[in-house]
Amino acid sequence: MAAYRIVHYLNQFFGGIGGEDKADYEPEVQEKVIGPGLALAQGLGDDYEIVATVICGDNYFGENLDEATDTIVEMVKRYHPDVFVAGPAFNAGRYGVACGTICKAVEERLGIPVVSGMYKENPGTDMFRQDVILVETGNSAATMRKAVPKFVNLIRKLAAGEEILGPAEEGYLERGIRVNYFADERGSERGIQMLLKKIAGEEFSTDLPMPKFDRVPPAEAIKDMSKATIAIVTSGGIVPLDNPDHIESSNATKFGWYPIEGMEKMSKDDYTTIHGGYDRQFVMEDPNLVIPLDVLRKKEKDGEIGKLYPYFASTTGTGTATNSAAKFGTDIGKKLVEDHVDAVILVST
Amino acid sequence: MVKGIEAYGIPVVHVCTVVPISRTIGANRIVPAIGIPYPLGDPTEGEAESYKIRDALVEKALQALQTPVTDQTVFEN
Repeated sequence: MAAYRIVHYLNQFFGGIGGEDKADYEPEVQEKVIGPGLALAQGLGDDYEIVATVICGDNYFGENLDEATDTIVEMVKRYHPDVFVAGPAFNAGRYGVACGTICKAVEERLGIPVVSGMYKENPGTDMFRQDVILVETGNSAATMRKAVPKFVNLIRKLAAGEEILGPAEEGYLERGIRVNYFADERGSERGIQMLLKKIAGEEFSTDLPMPKFDRVPPAEAIKDMSKATIAIVTSGGIVPLDNPDHIESSNATKFGWYPIEGMEKMSKDDYTTIHGGYDRQFVMEDPNLVIPLDVLRKKEKDGEIGKLYPYFASTTGTGTATNSAAKFGTDIGKKLVEDHVDAVILVST
Repeated sequence: MVKGIEAYGIPVVHVCTVVPISRTIGANRIVPAIGIPYPLGDPTEGEAESYKIRDALVEKALQALQTPVTDQTVFEN
């Protein structure tokens, strides 16, 4: 008998049931090795046995998400596997989402280590890369042969409870998890090596890849400023003296709305900054350096702008995750639209 | 935050000190500010001068909001 037991998940196509016409196939278990499982079994050797294969149609899974997940988790449970493997899904979107969903459920509910695989642009990748180890495959089944050694290595490590190294070493899709380690060379040495390679026009890999940012098309310009309502938003950490919302001085998880109605300028008796990323002495003395209330009030009086929105939105922009900031923006924008604000001045320190 | 707000169709002018960051994140209207610890003004020049600097920057920000742009635009001096 093999030392380690594996249960494998496949869709109707890879499970040999049929194509799109069988995509509503309900979950079933077959106690044998099927399709891509054969390549895995061969790679894994005699110590590992695929004891069962669960097959489910992609449409059935997608349309009966909760029920299908429950059913499949029960099926997996019966076989007490050491590792659960799903797919790989390559670039099949519904299959990728099914693999991710079921892997996440098996790991959470049964505490069994899981691994799946898919193409980096499969919609399942962004949905599940943080939760599940996803072997990076090409976009079609023709790339299975290349993926097998990565699966084999990860399945062995997961079964034995060995440490999984970083995505580049093991060949899985980046999960956005940071792990400390001791590098062979110190930072200055690595930096200079990178620079030399860059100058020589050679490929180099950065220690800190920059996130890719989406673009938003520019909004239309304001035609008549004298009728426009202007709001101020800041990442400069301006808050009332007692910081009532407990906004963090770095890596903020929230923002606040604070009143400026009836105020001619920002006073250090009302407002301060809790920003942990710059020398605060000037702004604590004069918060108008970040929230230019004095100037904007004058322009409001002079009729240069229509009206100043009675609140400003504020958070701390140091060490703050870009996805937190994006969420703040969405929430802030929603309120501003509801309150018919025409334009925003966003001040960053 | 800039893009989250602008996605609703509200024009946003990003007054910021580190213009390359603003470019990277994708702000469409960018006005370079004075310095990180005092984006709008310069307290080392005294209060009156600091106000003048702030007034000029806010004016520029308002101009930026009234300027049609099709791409990322930095409103320099």
